[in-house]
Amino acid sequence: MKPVTLTVNERTVTLRVDPQMPLLWLLRDSLGLTGTKYGCGIGLCGACTVHLDGVAVRSCQVPAESIAGRKVTTIEGLSGDASHPVQRAWIVEQVPQCGYCQSGQIMQAASLLAENPHPTRAQIEAAMSGNLCRCGTYQRIRRAIERAAAGG
Amino acid sequence: MLAFHWPSSRGSQHGATTVACAGAPNAWLRITPDNRIAILAEKPELGQGAWTYSAMMVAEELEADWSTVSVRQAPTIPSIYPGLHTGGSGGVAASFHHLRTVGDQARELLLRAAAAHWRVPRRECSARNGAILHIPSGRVLSFGELACAAARLRPPPLESVRLKPSSEFRYIGRAMPRVDAHGKVTGAARFGIDVRVPGMLYAVIARCPHFGGRLAHFDAAASYRVPGVRMVFPVLPLPRRFNTAGGVAVVAESTWAALQGRAALSVRWHEERPAGEGSEDIHRLAEAGAAGPAIYVAVDRGNARRALRFAASRWQADYESPFQAHATMEPMNATVHVRRESIEVWAPTQFADEIQAEIASLARLAARQVVVHTTFCGGSFGRRYQWDYAAEAWQVAAQLRQPVQLVWTREDDMQHDFYRPYNYQRLCAGLDGSGYPVAWLTRVVTTPIAATNLYTDRVETPERLRDPATIAALEWFGADVTPYAIANCRIDYAPLKSRVPRSWWRGVSSSYTPFAKECFIDELAHRAGRDPLQFRLELLPENESAARRLRAVLQLAARVAGWGSPLPDRHGRGIACRFGSTVHAQVAEVHVLEDGTVRVLRVVGAVDCGLAVNPDGVQATIEGGINFGLTAALCAQITIERGGVAQSNFHDYPVLRLHQAPLIDVHIVPSAESPSGVGELGAMLIAPAVANAVFAATGIRVRRLPIAARELRRNEPRGASQPPPANDRAAVRS
Repeated sequence: MKPVTLTVNERTVTLRVDPQMPLLWLLRDSLGLTGTKYGCGIGLCGACTVHLDGVAVRSCQVPAESIAGRKVTTIEGLSGDASHPVQRAWIVEQVPQCGYCQSGQIMQAASLLAENPHPTRAQIEAAMSGNLCRCGTYQRIRRAIERAAAGG
Repeated sequence: MLAFHWPSSRGSQHGATTVACAGAPNAWLRITPDNRIAILAEKPELGQGAWTYSAMMVAEELEADWSTVSVRQAPTIPSIYPGLHTGGSGGVAASFHHLRTVGDQARELLLRAAAAHWRVPRRECSARNGAILHIPSGRVLSFGELACAAARLRPPPLESVRLKPSSEFRYIGRAMPRVDAHGKVTGAARFGIDVRVPGMLYAVIARCPHFGGRLAHFDAAASYRVPGVRMVFPVLPLPRRFNTAGGVAVVAESTWAALQGRAALSVRWHEERPAGEGSEDIHRLAEAGAAGPAIYVAVDRGNARRALRFAASRWQADYESPFQAHATMEPMNATVHVRRESIEVWAPTQFADEIQAEIASLARLAARQVVVHTTFCGGSFGRRYQWDYAAEAWQVAAQLRQPVQLVWTREDDMQHDFYRPYNYQRLCAGLDGSGYPVAWLTRVVTTPIAATNLYTDRVETPERLRDPATIAALEWFGADVTPYAIANCRIDYAPLKSRVPRSWWRGVSSSYTPFAKECFIDELAHRAGRDPLQFRLELLPENESAARRLRAVLQLAARVAGWGSPLPDRHGRGIACRFGSTVHAQVAEVHVLEDGTVRVLRVVGAVDCGLAVNPDGVQATIEGGINFGLTAALCAQITIERGGVAQSNFHDYPVLRLHQAPLIDVHIVPSAESPSGVGELGAMLIAPAVANAVFAATGIRVRRLPIAARELRRNEPRGASQPPPANDRAAVRS
């Protein structure tokens, strides 16, 4: 166990954890931020997607020791009230079904739009194909991203 | 805070109607003086929109202001909420009368309370958008202001209930926003795996990789050296109806520590001798089962065998689909706290009352001593109709004083699922001189669900499990050809033995019977030289309501999809339909790439589900069903090696991804009939629609799922000296 200091949703926290513990479990079990989901543990489903210094990463693949001093944003920190353009578009398009993968989908989409505010359909598909949805909300995810890109 | 507890009756679908006394915790809705309305949803929210449609039905008759409505999960008290479980696409139909009645009775109480307050006749009052209006004077009282007075009145008799005609609906029939959407885009929605209880520990179980295996030996010394690991102990397999594997539990202070502790564990399992079954064994047995005796004749109209014998020609083909995993995005998990005289359970489940009954029986407690909190479910698709994961969590918790959350990893979930049965269908048609079927025989061969499932006092008992009709019931449904007018039809069934656990999977047998039936119809159409849509229409009798409804959805889907219009090379359209309480047709348009990859470009669905309670919900659910079915049609399968599942995670069970998802248009046939379900519908037809489209694009008939791209490559040598590709192998001329 080693102390790790990082910033999560603009709060600085210091935790004593196994340096190898993935950020996913640090968020969920140590900080109680359960909006970030476990889906596969091997970086294949995207349910655990968060922003590390503003860029989407799979938190199940990020060891705690590698994030000392860095800035993490989770779904809870994207906006307090669903006011982020991606979240607003998600509600307009009525994307979620079970909702389990949606934190990861939204974090991935927010990262895409931050980097590329007007993605083509092919760019949306390339950016979002790492995020699985078993309920099959893909058509609405595509529409919601296009809506958010067009300003709502 | 004063709460208006509104007790209500059960709907007619439950037979008895009882009215409980006010103030009891059997409320269906609660109106508080701050004018908020909380509706208690009996059906769990799995993603299918149960909370939203439940609220719409109550709010409709209540005349509630939608902006004041919230929903929470009803507690697991089956004597008050007998409909806590949901499945079989039945939720909307089962709730429709009952929940509107709840709303009607509550509105009537509010009207009476207002009339008494104003000392005016009840008939001078009317309910509108969350308030009661005294029409002559224009005075208004909100529901919140009337809640306490209304709670003191006696509920009106059921005979006085007058439900609205559909022409007066304000919410039902309109696309209403999901009540759970906000929590699901902010991360606030709590799923089972998100339950956090003070003092809680985390556990994982090391399970035997082959079914039916037993623990031989374990050494936990290395596990205990992992920081945070608290306890390691063996867990016994439970009796058959739980279908738990048993193994070694590792309990720790975090999920990560539990996982590390399990990785460090040294475990040996008893090997099966001879080595356990494999998919090839099952396939071989299935081929034998297709030719052997049936245990049950499900449909026997006319004389199919005789008609076949005297038919002008015959055509036969075998269709096969593998085991499938549910692969819910939230893996199985449950949190349990065992106390001296009670047990508290938090579970993502479709079947909270069964979990309560099963854990009570395991712990030798009364059901009321087991409190089950139903959380949001991160997908379900039939998987959470099982109670194995909750029973396992109880086994672990029973060794501890603290609450514990049992988490399944993706690998645990993939390898210890209750799979969609493996199935093999042999279809044989006798044709008249023009190629139209006069005889139809289907032999359905599966690893039956009933053999690995047993419910407490509900559907199945050991006695019933020996009954061929019970075993066959879940396996052949959807294979019947009606309303196609084929005079002689026989559907029979033969079971396969296997140790692989099986259960409901979105659509149950209708997830595979339409694949065989609707592809075989397509084969017959092409053999007769007829357009597949026209051929189907010609088989539907003119003046029959079932045929009329089916014809309507076929024609609607075909029209929207541009059926018959020209397409580029290696593009094709395929059509499929099904008749049930909900009537559905799909047209898929595909492009088969040079390397054989099937790109599904567009799917048009037409659905007649009676009154569509929430049309956007109907569309979303069918879109989702189509994507779910595409995983099974194109991408993934479960195979068995040495008695266990060969796949373990999304690299070898590749679920459909966004770039593979087609454009989907779902069109709803306007209807004022009672609503029927759509939860499983989309998944039923996409495989035959796509397989038929592949034939249209390439001339290659797919008879085994998932579709194998290597068999669809352009210019794949298919000369006489070559063995025929597996997709075509089953076809024989008899």
